[in-house]
Amino acid sequence: MPISKETLDDVALSKEEYDIIVQDLGREPNLVEIGLFGSLWSEHCGYKHSKLLLKLLPHASPRVLVKPGEENAGAVDIGDGLCVVMKMESHNHPSAIEPYQGAATGVGGIVRDIFTMGARPVALLNSLRFGPLSEARNRYLFGGVVSGIAGYGNCLGIPDVAGEVYFSPSYSANPLVNAMCVGIAEKRRLVSSRASGKGNLLMLVGADTGRDGLHGASGLASQTFEDERELRPTVQVGNPFMEKLLLEACLELADTDYIVALQDLGAAGLTSSAIESASKSGSGVIIDVAKVPRREEGMTPYEVMLSESQERMLVIVKKGCEDKVKAIFDKWDLRSDIIGQVTDDGLAKIMDGKEMVAKAPIELLTSPPLYRPKGVKPNWLEALQKSDFSDIPDIRGDASSVLLRLLSSPNIASKEWIYRQYDHQVQINTVVQPGSDAAVLRVKDTKKGIALTSDGNGRYCYLAPFAGGIIAVAEAARNLSCAGAEPIAMTDCLNFGNPEKTDVYYQLEQCIRGMAQACKILNIPVISGNVSLYNETRDEAVYPTPVVGMLGLIEEIDRLCTTGFKRKDDIVVLLGGTDTDTDSLGGSEYLELVHDLVAGIPAINLNLEKRVQQCCRDAIKRGIIHSAHDCSDGGLTVALAESCIAGNIGIRAKWKIAGRGDSELFGEEQSRIVVSLEPSRLRDLERLATRHHVPLQKLGVVGGSRFIIENMVDLPLDDVTDAWKGGLQRAMA
Amino acid sequence: MRFGVLVFPGTWSDRDCYHVLDKVLGQKVEYVWHKETDLSGFDCVILPGGFSYGDYLRPGAIARFSPIMTEVAKFAAAGKLVIGICNGFQILCESGLLPGVLMQNNHLQYRCQWVYLRVENNSLPFTSRTEESQVLYIPVSHYEGSYYADAETLKELEANKQIAFRYCNSLGEIVEEANPNGSIDNIAGIVNKAGNVLGMMPHPERACEGIVGGLDGNVIFESIIGEVTTRAMGCVKLD
Repeated sequence: MPISKETLDDVALSKEEYDIIVQDLGREPNLVEIGLFGSLWSEHCGYKHSKLLLKLLPHASPRVLVKPGEENAGAVDIGDGLCVVMKMESHNHPSAIEPYQGAATGVGGIVRDIFTMGARPVALLNSLRFGPLSEARNRYLFGGVVSGIAGYGNCLGIPDVAGEVYFSPSYSANPLVNAMCVGIAEKRRLVSSRASGKGNLLMLVGADTGRDGLHGASGLASQTFEDERELRPTVQVGNPFMEKLLLEACLELADTDYIVALQDLGAAGLTSSAIESASKSGSGVIIDVAKVPRREEGMTPYEVMLSESQERMLVIVKKGCEDKVKAIFDKWDLRSDIIGQVTDDGLAKIMDGKEMVAKAPIELLTSPPLYRPKGVKPNWLEALQKSDFSDIPDIRGDASSVLLRLLSSPNIASKEWIYRQYDHQVQINTVVQPGSDAAVLRVKDTKKGIALTSDGNGRYCYLAPFAGGIIAVAEAARNLSCAGAEPIAMTDCLNFGNPEKTDVYYQLEQCIRGMAQACKILNIPVISGNVSLYNETRDEAVYPTPVVGMLGLIEEIDRLCTTGFKRKDDIVVLLGGTDTDTDSLGGSEYLELVHDLVAGIPAINLNLEKRVQQCCRDAIKRGIIHSAHDCSDGGLTVALAESCIAGNIGIRAKWKIAGRGDSELFGEEQSRIVVSLEPSRLRDLERLATRHHVPLQKLGVVGGSRFIIENMVDLPLDDVTDAWKGGLQRAMA
Repeated sequence: MRFGVLVFPGTWSDRDCYHVLDKVLGQKVEYVWHKETDLSGFDCVILPGGFSYGDYLRPGAIARFSPIMTEVAKFAAAGKLVIGICNGFQILCESGLLPGVLMQNNHLQYRCQWVYLRVENNSLPFTSRTEESQVLYIPVSHYEGSYYADAETLKELEANKQIAFRYCNSLGEIVEEANPNGSIDNIAGIVNKAGNVLGMMPHPERACEGIVGGLDGNVIFESIIGEVTTRAMGCVKLD
């Protein structure tokens, strides 16, 4: 039977890919088998266009216990017999269609990845990108996504401790919703997802299976789409209460020796769950779809296998332990059914009662063709990178008003409007709340703390994908260093357009190369990640947006640092680069907000970056400094203002302005940290800076109730605070 | 003394309450699963925060039918101490052990933030260690925390000194800006007529260690411990 183009389009397989399947299978696949291949060979599950590039990222360090691809999430050793498990994932396309449920189920999916490994989720983070809030639809999407994250995460009792959000026209039709979850487990209790041992049983637990989310992996996440409204039925609806029950039941189960493996059902549902689980151990599986409990009548085997109904788990139960496992799920009022077993023939066999409806080698199902197209630097980029800003008027007397504008712009303003809707305290570990450079959680029963942050500047990557990739990693690490934490592991979510286009592939490759270089120099292994491609609407790709989620370790929790100035008469010092020139305007928030210009080339010196971070961490460890805050969006002046706002105290600063005023005040030169300290400790800091070869510059003195940069800015601190605190709220009003 | 921490499907502050009672206050504490039917041996039971039954239908509306709630009613009738925090408060209202209802926040958003509370009655078993009108700094975290009762009930609550806490500013003034959810008369916590059942929206267990932001929650647990110890010593408080 010749296969129709429509059928192949439905599952996003090309004719060439279909031909490979026919050749390797030795026959035409039937419809169910096409469904299996389509899902597993989708970009979402198969990483066809990114796998070869992802190999560039370093994964090794003595702390790494689980690397990318080995399990549902990566894991690192933090000592005391404990490990941290973490991963980040996108739910961009579902959120564009139905913001509340799209974001909610994004949280649900990433949380399952963590407790599947036997780790108790201890923190959520999220990175969001939307179009400008001046448009009603963007306000709707943003408000809906935040409520969805709140609605799902709050119900689970997992604190949402950090994140970031940016607004740019580039994301108007295609918002980005990246959720990250972090868990803590006893090292010896880590649970695998490898379905091994012939005769062990496949138990499906949790929600019944419905028709929701069919083709989520192959359709929604692996193609561009024209009209999002048509696709609403492919978005799943979350049930956080069911997830909470699954979480508790699975953690109870992880403490027993009744099971071989746990695997959640995410994209491509039972298909990817069972087959990937068997693939990891080289086993086979046989599944009887007739035994899968249904939400609707008349579902075909194809639909059962591809359903993306949420809140379901696959448990690989040791033969003979099924009653004990069932008893645990019964306690939590969860349905559990044996639907198949592990075999040793390397085949995936799908039965519908007595009839075999699909049969294919697991090796073939999980080995999609990998593509390495040639990326080409686009001409439009050359034009944008010209960074002669001499025809832009410098700021003269209006630096104060520019500062207030920057502080109240939604990209820089306080994100309290978001995080007060998230429970960020439950589990009572939150030592540094959202709003600082990094959130800090204590690790109960130890002296340690973990610091968490997420970062990624799409505008930088758009203008300079390689440097942008470096900066994403460097800035996340800098955030952690400002808290006094040593960066020990990274996860990421790579949000790009259609990789089949040469300019998008160029962006993807350059960003990953940049990230890889930063990881190598800063010594940070990538332990998990996710790729979201085809973020385009009507042929327009989003800014290339790699988002980095990073974990830092604080050996002694009482040696941590926050952003706010602490004491009157403390001196304020800048650690790091001091050779500001016009280049630092490239890609800056100032340039876009005030001059409506996205141009120039963001740049970074990684070796200086590394030294600055080491110096900062060292100064915190030795108790020399009282505060540390990294200079990022809005540059040095915004960083100073944020330290004043957080500490509720003013500053009188003065420094020599050699070049352009706007560049000195608001340029976004990298590798800079603002610290404050007692005057008597200045000599200690200078010695430390010399040892680390880090430039140091005195900026001013903390105190009073005004924000003053001599000859440039003079404002009451209250005005500065109001601009920053109310910015986002006003934009949403 | 022994504390029982009730666990309903969807409860999540159970572990926080347990941690504070065990590790911070050094008390005996046990989890009690909602299907159990025995509370003998406990001096105080806590209904913790969370989303029991996913808050489906209404917060607390399904949990009130859990088997353990029959025992909680008997436990309360016997004069023993019961404290419902957040979702626990909602369950106590739904089950009729406390008057009034908790409605959606007036701004229709979830709210997680630190708030100030003024102690309105410091002769309760839950507040006996506080000063008169002491201001406590304790976080809230809820979507449905706007307390409401009809005028007659409110009058009664006032007359019987059943209002335990009100939202206030840092100076202890009861002002609209300090109200995080639109609660009537800024009410943050109430007790039953007998004074042995407390419901409060703020989370005292989140404010018992300096490292996580505050210590003011301790005084509530210390008051309970003091009360139970006094009772155990056979000292009966005379009115």
